[in-house]
Amino acid sequence: MTPPLLEAREIGKTFGSVIALRGVSMLVRAGEVTCVLGDNGAGKSTLIKILSGVHAQDSGEYLLDGTPVRLGGPREALDRGIATVYQDLAMIPLMSVWRNFFLGSEPVAGPLRRFDVALAKRVAREELRAMGIDIRDVDQPVGTLSGGERQSVAIARAVYFGARVLILDEPTSALGVKQAGVVLRYIARARDRGLGVVFITHNPHHAFPVGDRFLLLNRGTSLGQFDKDAITREELTSLMAGGAELDDLAHELDRHGVAGPAPAEGSAAEKEPVNGDEPPGQGAGGEPALGRRPVED
Amino acid sequence: MTSLPADERIAGAGLLRRLLIRPELGSVVGAIAVFAFFSSQSPVFRSADGVANWLDPASTLGIMAVAIALLMIGGEFDLSAGVLTGTTGLVMVTLATKYGWNLWAAMLAGLVLALAIGFANGLLVVRTKLPSFIVTLGTFLMLQGLNLGVTKALTGTVQVSGLRRAEGYDGAQALLAGSVTVGGVDFRVAILWWIGVTALATWVLMRSRAGNWIFAVGGNEQAARAVGVPAARTKIALFMTTATAAWLVGSIMALRFTSVQANAGIGQEFIYIIAAVIGGCLLTGGYGSAIGASIGAVIFGMADKGIVFAGWDADWFKFFLGAMLLLATLANRLVRRYAEEVRR
Repeated sequence: MTPPLLEAREIGKTFGSVIALRGVSMLVRAGEVTCVLGDNGAGKSTLIKILSGVHAQDSGEYLLDGTPVRLGGPREALDRGIATVYQDLAMIPLMSVWRNFFLGSEPVAGPLRRFDVALAKRVAREELRAMGIDIRDVDQPVGTLSGGERQSVAIARAVYFGARVLILDEPTSALGVKQAGVVLRYIARARDRGLGVVFITHNPHHAFPVGDRFLLLNRGTSLGQFDKDAITREELTSLMAGGAELDDLAHELDRHGVAGPAPAEGSAAEKEPVNGDEPPGQGAGGEPALGRRPVED
Repeated sequence: MTSLPADERIAGAGLLRRLLIRPELGSVVGAIAVFAFFSSQSPVFRSADGVANWLDPASTLGIMAVAIALLMIGGEFDLSAGVLTGTTGLVMVTLATKYGWNLWAAMLAGLVLALAIGFANGLLVVRTKLPSFIVTLGTFLMLQGLNLGVTKALTGTVQVSGLRRAEGYDGAQALLAGSVTVGGVDFRVAILWWIGVTALATWVLMRSRAGNWIFAVGGNEQAARAVGVPAARTKIALFMTTATAAWLVGSIMALRFTSVQANAGIGQEFIYIIAAVIGGCLLTGGYGSAIGASIGAVIFGMADKGIVFAGWDADWFKFFLGAMLLLATLANRLVRRYAEEVRR
């Protein structure tokens, strides 16, 4: 079997006396989606920054195509085909879609090295269409696009500029339910085009439908990397929310002693289509139920 | 080249919408209104002689307004641009008259100095990350002091003159300060320079990589840098561009009057910004147009001369300018809201 596109082995990182990441391993294969899940402060951003070349790891190995590397910076990562789409996006709201699409890598033509506008517009339109992104007009300012459309344009841009590994930093967290579904569809589309995708999120309901592999982080350490057939959505949600911790919380908050998350959804959840229609946080895990129950009862 | 079928959702409304989001729109409407108004007040205003008359102030202002517009689209201000027209003129005339330099060499020295000042402005802004408003206010005051101090120290008066005697004057005068006759009417040659500068700036903005970078560094510098745009280089180049324009205008003015006052250009810096804003530039950067700034300069020229043609007190000019500025800024804000609205 060909080596994975990207692999991290026992990666660790400390900032002064703070251990941000310890012994985390993960792998990304072409045409697969690896989801990185974790609560705030779990070490997700540190891991992305190491993968995208912003930081270098202090311990462990970082392998690309099976060869250990040490990235000198984000530019080197990009040159090796690792593109990162950050949550706050490198997009200029007042500029048109096609100008944004080629920003920093404008195609030039002619003796005056003019910006080949016709080519830029055509390619932007074609690439967006190839990703199934239905933009009304590439001349419209990016600021008039919805959050999901902007994420999608950023993904299409990374794909066009030769990304082999696409790292998406919480692309769905600021979005409404429908928009999140749209972005999940483009993640699947990028995967189908043979890219290895790293999808960072804290929402297991967004991760489960598209993920092939799930890395769970908690307080800087790995809770394990699971293949899709080795874990159910409920287990994922429960692990994500801190499993035992949540059970304890349930006990603490509920004097009548109804233990643990409500198992109401059962197996139905697994058959749900990839549409992201489910409101985040409303599924398994029992957080809403806890929230609604008055403590003074 | 295959062209994909247009999306059915942009049919019909597309043209109007596209027209409305053009940054120049407000200034075009304003220019037509101002022209119509003064034409009805004075027949001379709309005659060829009248047009040549009000295009003259529009031309020198327009060259500066276009350069300032580029800088403002790039997200910065230059308050030292006005006084720099005086500085370059003073340097040129002083070297040519007091030290007997060939006029072309003196002009070149002015350009080198202007580029150095523009570079210093840009470098200070980029390195210190201070607002350019403050940095260039500093250079503005310093240059103002230098212009006066050095001129007084060298000549004992507050002006340098006698450029007509300098070697090479005739050629330079014809090139920068002469006139061309079209249909029996004398037009200042500066008008051609202005049109050329506007065309070049428009090409750079709309059809070059640098243009894309200018919009990007003004729109969101962090995002631009993240995708590999050389933001610092772009901004420094923009400051050097306004300095070059100031040199061109300073040279035109010096050749026209053959003398330069030590306080030349002071107070003009805001007029440039006003023309650029009337032409659709946002004060916050990332949006605007070179043609718009030129049309803003035309409005300025028409009002400047039109008030005289109509036989009014010239005091009304400032009132008019202020009202135009307010209207233009309000119109621009609507455009920006429209362009930035997010549909979720």
